Amino acid sequence: MIRPALVVNGIGKAYVEYGGELRRFASWFGVPITLESQHWVIRNITFRVDPGESVGIIGQNGAGKSTLLKMIVGTTRPTEGDVSMDGRVSALLELGLGFNLELTGRENAVHSAGITGIPHAQISELMPEIEAFAEIGEYFDQPIRTYSSGMQMRVAFAVATALRPDVLIVDEALSVGDSYFVHKCFDRIRKFRELGTTLLIVSHDPGAVQALCDRAILLNNGKMVLDGEPREVFDYYNALIAEKENSTVRTERSADGRIATESGTGEAFVDRLDLLDESGAAVEYVGVGQIVTLRAYVSVRNDVNRLVFGYMIRDRLGQAVFGTNTHHTGQACGPLASGDRVEISARFPMNFGPGAYSVSIALSETETHLAKNYQWRDLALVFNVANLDKSTFVGSAWVPPVIQIEHVATSAASEGLAR
Amino acid sequence: MSALIRAAWRYRGFVASSVANEFKSRLSRSRFGVAWIVLHPLAQVLIFATILSSVLAARLEGIDNKYAYAAFLMAGIACWSLFAEIVQRCLTVFIDSASLLKKVQFPRITLPMVVIGSATINNLALLAMVLLIFPLLGLMPTLYVLWLPLLVALTVALATGVGLLLGTLNVFARDIGQVMAVVIQFWFWVTPIIYPVSIVPEAFRSTLALNPMVPLVMGYQNVLVYGKAPPLGLIGVALVALVALLLAMLVFRRASSEMVDIL
Repeated sequence: MIRPALVVNGIGKAYVEYGGELRRFASWFGVPITLESQHWVIRNITFRVDPGESVGIIGQNGAGKSTLLKMIVGTTRPTEGDVSMDGRVSALLELGLGFNLELTGRENAVHSAGITGIPHAQISELMPEIEAFAEIGEYFDQPIRTYSSGMQMRVAFAVATALRPDVLIVDEALSVGDSYFVHKCFDRIRKFRELGTTLLIVSHDPGAVQALCDRAILLNNGKMVLDGEPREVFDYYNALIAEKENSTVRTERSADGRIATESGTGEAFVDRLDLLDESGAAVEYVGVGQIVTLRAYVSVRNDVNRLVFGYMIRDRLGQAVFGTNTHHTGQACGPLASGDRVEISARFPMNFGPGAYSVSIALSETETHLAKNYQWRDLALVFNVANLDKSTFVGSAWVPPVIQIEHVATSAASEGLAR
Repeated sequence: MSALIRAAWRYRGFVASSVANEFKSRLSRSRFGVAWIVLHPLAQVLIFATILSSVLAARLEGIDNKYAYAAFLMAGIACWSLFAEIVQRCLTVFIDSASLLKKVQFPRITLPMVVIGSATINNLALLAMVLLIFPLLGLMPTLYVLWLPLLVALTVALATGVGLLLGTLNVFARDIGQVMAVVIQFWFWVTPIIYPVSIVPEAFRSTLALNPMVPLVMGYQNVLVYGKAPPLGLIGVALVALVALLLAMLVFRRASSEMVDIL
């Protein structure tokens, strides 16, 4: 068995009320103090991460993500349970902490590398690499107060990732400025991962977690709700957000072993969802560029004022490829009475690249499923796209090009050949 | 405790560079930069000397020099400014670095160490200046100045004990910081810095003995101005400093796990 890179063993954090600071001080000296109250913000969290694995931690605000990270990083001590880790840990919880505005980028780089415990001699060795990665040129030797916030982030990220850690902990708030640098950062994180760094990411961004993580852990109200494939966990998370209105979320394992999530009040619901070709036959395999129709048969159970149908097509990683709804297209229907039935068809060319896709659908009153959500269903339909008659291409979109080639000069040699 | 010391040793480079950075950033934007370190206490000396010399100069017994009172002030203020700077900065050192403490895992003891380092260097600069000025005032330093390293070390130890203890408690009970601002001022006036201990009425002498700063300040005055050994009370100060340090370390260790929850 592999030795895990990180073991989190039943940790929990309680904030304690001593009922007066004197009682707190006395407790340090072994005076037995009965606690006024104990408020658990997170409890019973147990998981292990293997070397090289990457795990995303998601949850709504107040779910306990930050507290969990702080306990793993070690800035806060868990009230119960323990955390053990192997190797060097680097945490990117907030970039640019402890920067001194009066000092140059280089001096600040030395300082913040020092605070992470890198010995001085090694910092000097790493400095050229840090300078190169930050790409801020002359500014590196200017005081930080002259920097834009993006430049500060560049230096901060370059320092924080100068050494490949064995465990890298990243908080979602990683706004590293312009998109070029964001790409560069993710690229570096990806490279670390390939080299065996264990990754722990806290995020709200489905894209980032699905692109980077093998696994996701969902926290809700300080408890671990789900630990599984990122796509499953995210579907559940979406449903949880929708479920603030208080109906039930359930997941069911479909025939192919995937977990599908469904939620909603059920006032209106999709009876049947079909993907049809032009002859009206249901299809599961679709050719690139083929015209298809997504048809939903909606039944109304209770009277509703307004009905918006939305759908989202996701790739196999769960990332949205295309989605819209009838509010955005200006086609919301209603009011509808109990017992009404509606048929909604969306016709479009399948301009996607080859691969497996899933369709999530939503029925709600407004354009978001957060307000009044009748039904939300992930993995309502699964289909595959294959390249049947197009030239070979890669990627998730079919963007047929018109390529033009002009022979603008002819060399003497080829003229000779022609003769 | 040994883990604390090991961590501090591992971070020695960080502490050194933090101290250096503090000086660099002070230098970068002010014209006189580092000079202010020395100018502030000297200005204080000048103020007291101008206002009080006519009142007190005659009573400074045993030295026949018209600058004797200014020299006396300088010696006392050199000691006091070291003590006060460390205590005052330690009081808020954890609160000021709240966001850093919450997000970055590093030995927290390094923060007061940076304070001590930079305050000590400040003070050494001042002492060097004092040793330069005294001959100009006609006061030749004697071999007794060799006591200075010990006096500096004891002042640092006492200030660290008091500062670290109160600085740790201040995270939890912020009133301590407010109260100490007043206490430090009061403490300054009940320590014979601007007046010689000889003018203190008999009735208050025994109270004076409870103030650990008295033997320290007198020690500075003795070796720098009077050319004699520090008072014996220094042994008591050493004991008080040791107890304060141990207590501070104990409280700091107990508190450091709860500190981040409060910040």
